[in-house]
Amino acid sequence: MAVLVVADHDNVQLKDNTHKTVTAAKALSDDVDILVAGQSIAGVAAQAAKIAGVRKVLTAESEALGQHIAEALSASIAPLMANYDAILVPATSVGKNFAPRVAAMLDVAPISEIVAVIDSNTFVRPIYAGNALETVQSSDAKKVITVRATAFKAAEEGGSAPIEAIDPGPGAPHTRFVSDEIVKSDRPELAGAKIVVSGGRALGSAEEFHRVIEPLADKLGAAVGASRAAVDAGYAPNDYQVGQTGKVVAPQLYVAIGISGAIQHLAGMKDSKVIVAINKDADAPIFQVADYGLVADYKTAIPELMAALTAAGK
Amino acid sequence: MKILVPVKRAIDSNVKARVRSDQTGVDLANVKMSMNPFCEIAVEEAVRLKEKGVVEEIVAVSVGPIQAQETIRTALAMGADRGILIQTDADPEPLEVAKLLKNVALAEAPRLILMGKQAIDGDNNAVGQMLSALLAWPQATFASRIEVDGDVVRVTREVDGGLQTLELDLPAVVTADLRLNEPRYASLPNIMKAKRKTIDIKSPDDYGGIGQGHLAVLKVTEPAKRVAGVKLENASDLVNRLKTEAGVL
Repeated sequence: MAVLVVADHDNVQLKDNTHKTVTAAKALSDDVDILVAGQSIAGVAAQAAKIAGVRKVLTAESEALGQHIAEALSASIAPLMANYDAILVPATSVGKNFAPRVAAMLDVAPISEIVAVIDSNTFVRPIYAGNALETVQSSDAKKVITVRATAFKAAEEGGSAPIEAIDPGPGAPHTRFVSDEIVKSDRPELAGAKIVVSGGRALGSAEEFHRVIEPLADKLGAAVGASRAAVDAGYAPNDYQVGQTGKVVAPQLYVAIGISGAIQHLAGMKDSKVIVAINKDADAPIFQVADYGLVADYKTAIPELMAALTAAGK
Repeated sequence: MKILVPVKRAIDSNVKARVRSDQTGVDLANVKMSMNPFCEIAVEEAVRLKEKGVVEEIVAVSVGPIQAQETIRTALAMGADRGILIQTDADPEPLEVAKLLKNVALAEAPRLILMGKQAIDGDNNAVGQMLSALLAWPQATFASRIEVDGDVVRVTREVDGGLQTLELDLPAVVTADLRLNEPRYASLPNIMKAKRKTIDIKSPDDYGGIGQGHLAVLKVTEPAKRVAGVKLENASDLVNRLKTEAGVL
């Protein structure tokens, strides 16, 4: 049995989600190949080749692949599946976009956002916004799977797999890329950050969100997140959203400030190692999952926290 | 032009799903059911396109039990023109739903299929993408802005790291994300009017039938619960504990 992992990258940098998805793939088979589909991706392919235990790295290059267009990705990947028994894709906005297309083209049932591999046919995945876990057994000869990367450890580096270019496929004749508005930030990426500081509706405005959340995040070297309520209210951009319908994170430390803890937010962060909640409402549901709680108004608690961190040498 | 809006009857988003003690699934007996929230956003967007004069007819289609008529009726009350219920008590897998919808699309020939990005029960996030692949129509998922312009639709999508805008040739499949719009509440006159709109009750066999399932659900369990920790007095105690007890600073 051979498994294909599709790399998560931005044409420049290979993302850690790839390493984690390789770990999930290794639970299915020792024969794991990685596909890097993009444009000008020699550097990304070289990074992928370093992941330990990878058999080979395939590269497919075209403009549409570089723009992560789903039709182009699925058209280049589906024919490759003649050589593989399973394809594992990190459940990013790119992966979720194209993986079901590959499944439809192969006439198999996609298996979305797995968090555990039981055996080569059986997987665990969250349903109902993470309120239940479903164990499903697939009868398809070929599996198309997206992987919730936070549920798996990153594969080590130290390999030197050969790199092989393949046909990029026909592209996407009816879809044209218009523009990207990608937020540039020096902070770590939300999905893979070791520490996440998130703000909620209690912040009250975008200005307050910037003033309070960002300095604390920078002091901790953390990524910035937000609750859906804060994003809906326009306090933070959409890609900050942590939750079932946003990003799922599992950092070492998650600091929730002014977040009540709606089910859909908890679904996105409850696998964090340590959770800190700061909220003036002692009955907020967030305290039921928090390891450490401060029942306090953020307006006084955050300056005190900043001072305590400074005093502790942070 | 005509828009097709697939809608799903699902657990109400304000109800907490409870796992059945025999681990066969989530308990839906006597639980409030509603239109899946992402489907509601898709219906709202279709109605707004009609109000702008871009769209002439909105057809709402649902695959589900006879009660899914209520879900279609909600779409009609919001402003959809007619409905199709593909009635089945089976709970078809996303791939089978996509195949049924493909045949609906071929019969109805809409210029645009606008649907929710995922249902809040199965959380698969797959039907729109599969439908697009089966029809060989272009797709734009996770839409936060939709603009129809002649023979194309420009869609701004919520992606990791920000936004991406694509232009698709029509016909196309677009799936709605949370921030596309805020769905309206149907007014009483519109609810009354919706009662006179047509819902065609069809069988899956009218649209190619439902194939064999590919996935067997072995069990459904509750996720491990976190235990509430301690409430602390002040920030310095918190920093202390994060350093020494938790070891995360």
